[in-house]
Amino acid sequence: MSKEKRNLIIAGVLIGAVSVALVALGNPKNMGFCIACFIRDIAGATKLHSAAVVQYVRPEIIGLVLGAWIISMATGEFKSRGGSSPMLRFIIGAFVMIGALVFLGCPFRMILRLAGGDLNALVALFGFIAGIACGCFFLSRGFSLGRYYKQNSLEGHALPAVNILLLVLLIAVPSVFAFSEKGPGSMHAAILISLAAGLIVGILAQKTRLCMVGGIRDIILVKDYTLIFGFIFIFVAALIGNLITGNFKLGFEGQPVAQTAHLWNFLGMFIVGLGSSMLGGCPLRQLILAGEGNSDSAVAVLGMFTGAAVAHNFKLVGNATENGPNTYGKVAVIAIIIILLAIAAVRTFKEEK
Amino acid sequence: MKEIDCFGLSCPIPVVNTKKALKDNPDTLSVLVDNVAAKENVSRFGRAMSYNVSVTEIEGGWKIELKK
Repeated sequence: MSKEKRNLIIAGVLIGAVSVALVALGNPKNMGFCIACFIRDIAGATKLHSAAVVQYVRPEIIGLVLGAWIISMATGEFKSRGGSSPMLRFIIGAFVMIGALVFLGCPFRMILRLAGGDLNALVALFGFIAGIACGCFFLSRGFSLGRYYKQNSLEGHALPAVNILLLVLLIAVPSVFAFSEKGPGSMHAAILISLAAGLIVGILAQKTRLCMVGGIRDIILVKDYTLIFGFIFIFVAALIGNLITGNFKLGFEGQPVAQTAHLWNFLGMFIVGLGSSMLGGCPLRQLILAGEGNSDSAVAVLGMFTGAAVAHNFKLVGNATENGPNTYGKVAVIAIIIILLAIAAVRTFKEEK
Repeated sequence: MKEIDCFGLSCPIPVVNTKKALKDNPDTLSVLVDNVAAKENVSRFGRAMSYNVSVTEIEGGWKIELKK
């Protein structure tokens, strides 16, 4: 077995274990990690949206960015770079977030939900794979968002700096934020535990290039089965952890922070699969790349942040109590798929060589 | 030796370009990359396609040489 695969297995097992531990220590069920949910919670805490049940400054996100930042500087991999279609990345980032919130989870949480026995996540996985396959159709025909260029070092440190500021404010003057008193936003592990979990996963993900989209994409594109090992072993470790802690419940109905609207779960994750393929990585990978000095990924993260606010302010999100998104959400999903396909087609077939 | 410039390209584009360049089964190919993920992925892909892979550091990145 190659060193890369071995490292991905170790990282996957550790990340799965950390995710289960976070739930045991206070995070919502099947939400040890959820990049989409957590960025959405930060958007709520900073009052970009006012959905009262999902507002909290999640230290996991801060830890992920700073973990990648610290380790990439230590190994000399940190490199300020950017300029590859930032505006398109912002919009695609926002779309990915809306898709994820229609399903109620990013690819990372999809794995954790699967490991908790939530079969709605299996439907979503099919949508996710279909979206990635669609992205690969364009990638193999020349799709690209263009080249990035070297940037001034300040550019690459900007998003990590914003995260440090968030952390300082969270600890020193938490009253400036809005915090949920009930609902998923009110459920969280202690700040330092969440931060440490984020740092650990951030370092592991940076070192192994772990990516939920990359694993499936590489199989379709070049029959490379390396990255999928991370995905599989997060699932295995979280499954075992859930069985031990009694958090495993097989079925569609009554799953934590979930809906059984199959079509919309499928299409929501189709958007995430397609959009993430266009961005070059899943939401987790965007955070890690942003920590490594990639300002294009930092812009995609800001797009996700804004997309979360849009999704809640305009009520496009999936809804566990009403079982699925409302009409606005459904229209948004269809429109986003059409726009993403249009962007992909233009960047594939009308690009100057 | 045929050379493709993948400076400034994020994964998976360098791998896709390498795959395209290897389509007519050339004996040699060199690929220029400037990020570690691309270096690892292109090297891995080259080995999977049964090429001998050697990597040398160049100004701002790496030159990956694939040889039959």
